[in-house]
Amino acid sequence: MSSATEHHDPNCLVTGNPTFESITESVSCIPESRTPLAWKIMFSISASLALGLFCLIGYLFWEGVGVWGLNNPVGWGWAIVNFVFWVGIGHAGTLISAILFLLRQRWRTAINRFAEGMTIFAVICALIFPTIHVGRAWVIHWTLPIPNQMGVWPNFRSPLLWDSFAVGTYFICSFLFWYVGLIPDLATLRDRAKTRIRKIIYGLFSLGWRGGNRQWRHYELTYLILAGISTPLVLSVHSIVSTDFATAQVPGWHTTIFPPYFVAGAIFSGFAMVMTLSLIARKVFNLTHIITKKVLERMNMIMLLTGMMVGYAYSMEFFIAWYSGNIYEQFAFVNRAFGPYAWAYWIMISCNVLVPQIFWFKKLRNHLVVMFIASIFINIGMWFERFVIVVTLARDFLPAAWDYYSPTWHDIGLLIGSFGLFFTLFLLFMRFLPIVAMSEVKGILPQADPHKSGEHHG
Amino acid sequence: MKQDKPCIPRREFLQTSAKKIPGLVVAAAALSTGKTLLAEENSEYNPEDHNYAMGVDIHKCIGCGRCADACKKENKVPLEPEFFRTWVERYVIPVEGEARVDSPNGGIDGFPEIKEKDEILRSFFVPKLCNHCDNAPCVQVCPVGATFKSRDGVVLVDESYCVGCRYCIQACPYGARYLHPTKHVADKCTFCYHRITKGMLPACVEVCPTHTRVFGEEGHRSSPLMRFLRFKDVNVLKAGLNTKPKVYYAGANGEVR
Repeated sequence: MSSATEHHDPNCLVTGNPTFESITESVSCIPESRTPLAWKIMFSISASLALGLFCLIGYLFWEGVGVWGLNNPVGWGWAIVNFVFWVGIGHAGTLISAILFLLRQRWRTAINRFAEGMTIFAVICALIFPTIHVGRAWVIHWTLPIPNQMGVWPNFRSPLLWDSFAVGTYFICSFLFWYVGLIPDLATLRDRAKTRIRKIIYGLFSLGWRGGNRQWRHYELTYLILAGISTPLVLSVHSIVSTDFATAQVPGWHTTIFPPYFVAGAIFSGFAMVMTLSLIARKVFNLTHIITKKVLERMNMIMLLTGMMVGYAYSMEFFIAWYSGNIYEQFAFVNRAFGPYAWAYWIMISCNVLVPQIFWFKKLRNHLVVMFIASIFINIGMWFERFVIVVTLARDFLPAAWDYYSPTWHDIGLLIGSFGLFFTLFLLFMRFLPIVAMSEVKGILPQADPHKSGEHHG
Repeated sequence: MKQDKPCIPRREFLQTSAKKIPGLVVAAAALSTGKTLLAEENSEYNPEDHNYAMGVDIHKCIGCGRCADACKKENKVPLEPEFFRTWVERYVIPVEGEARVDSPNGGIDGFPEIKEKDEILRSFFVPKLCNHCDNAPCVQVCPVGATFKSRDGVVLVDESYCVGCRYCIQACPYGARYLHPTKHVADKCTFCYHRITKGMLPACVEVCPTHTRVFGEEGHRSSPLMRFLRFKDVNVLKAGLNTKPKVYYAGANGEVR
């Protein structure tokens, strides 16, 4: 070990002076060790909740959407709230893996793998909701351009159709990105496998990776191209989700600020969820030297930034409603803040605008307990943001139809069940796959730098 | 036992058959010709020749709610007070403050008496229905194209094709749509399409005791609607949204939403 790496390097993103081998060891030992009891308990809880979700969906198909608390002004209830919430959660993964990769933000390597995993699982949860929220879920495939004997074709002017393309593309690209990144690490697990089954399964999915020079060149080019393809998707998906609302000519929805506001909100909520999960993972799996406080601090800074963008959007909505002179628009926003759903609005403001302000202080940005609690508050706040948007439509143009939306047990069960599904998938991922991108973390170690000892070649 | 069995003698059977079969054949032929005639009559209907629209004179409406009731009966609209293809709203304008609007059971059972009469400037009734917009937001947002504008200017829902996503219900600024509780598809006013294409009036227009509602065609000078449009000061609801509605209100001021 040269002297250059022995003293503490402020630019070093990984602490504890690890070697290539120790990185492999500390990440690979997680899927290789015996299943911990805590994992079994957590898995059984979340899998039961996920099972509950599917039972509730069965009941929904049997009974129809009347089992929800929908009423006449609020035709979209918690199903769409949950959909937008989960799509938002799924945003951080691709941001971290694609945009930060292209911007050469090397601190991303500590968290990119499970942020990407989280993205995929969140998008799976998200895709369930628009599918089940329709009155006749058995014909949902009519929203896709699949040739059929009726000779009918979807309506390409509908934002709901744009949604199915946007979210579908996002899911496929994120999945490919995640899988391509996994290949070298799967090969590591294959090479370390002690049982035949593990060897076959990891071998199958590592696609014959040997780690040769040509393979690495192809791999890195593929990764770069996928990052390039995914980058616009980070911006497009939630922009398109926001058009679901912005295209409808109802007060509070018909605003042009929605796309950027939704994208900022999605990144905000996605980072909060990555934060919650990474804080647990680094503690449980002893990865504090890889997911360092420096990485967490930078995530907090991004949350501070995006939180303020969201706060700006909230105030700008009010300003534009006043400035436009449109009485319906003005009423919609005053009603949000002071009407029957004021409690939800102020939960949203407190969690999304006030809570992130603590990250101005370096001490709080680096305090693990503080950031854990803050990330949970932000997750709650972002769910309420979507709740406020969807449900305050209860007081739309027509006062004669005004109503109050209250969820039923089924609505609440679906939300809890979706968390169950999310954590089930996430726990399976943590148990069987490398949760940190080993090959990429090795790439940011001082040893990987050819100039690490200060020598200049050529 | 054999003799007890009811039995038609062969001769009688043949005689009866000979008498009746020609009659049956004639009846069947007449029926099939009738059907063909009917079909021919229908095929004469050319949607391009029509552009249906409606006028509503607010000054005339007495809030009896017969239109909403007739609509429910004619179109088998579910009877619960959440589902209406047409309904009547009452606007109560106080001397000071915001207008109050109510529509208990769509106005079918009448309206509760206003108690604080001294504080009320005036009140009036506004029948509401689908505005059959020329630039309909519901048509744009339907993901499968189940909601469409027919060639005779009526916005319709193809219930065999609607997936029930409720986007049209959310996007309609007039609150004209609801999700049918048993069919699980969007439903709304069709101007009684099954009646108007046969030259009849929509049920709500037919039963209105005060001629509040006038049904007709735009662009046809002989149509009663054109007379209504010529002689009344008409407005459309939420003109600012550029939906180009085709239900014209006479006497609707800024208070009507």
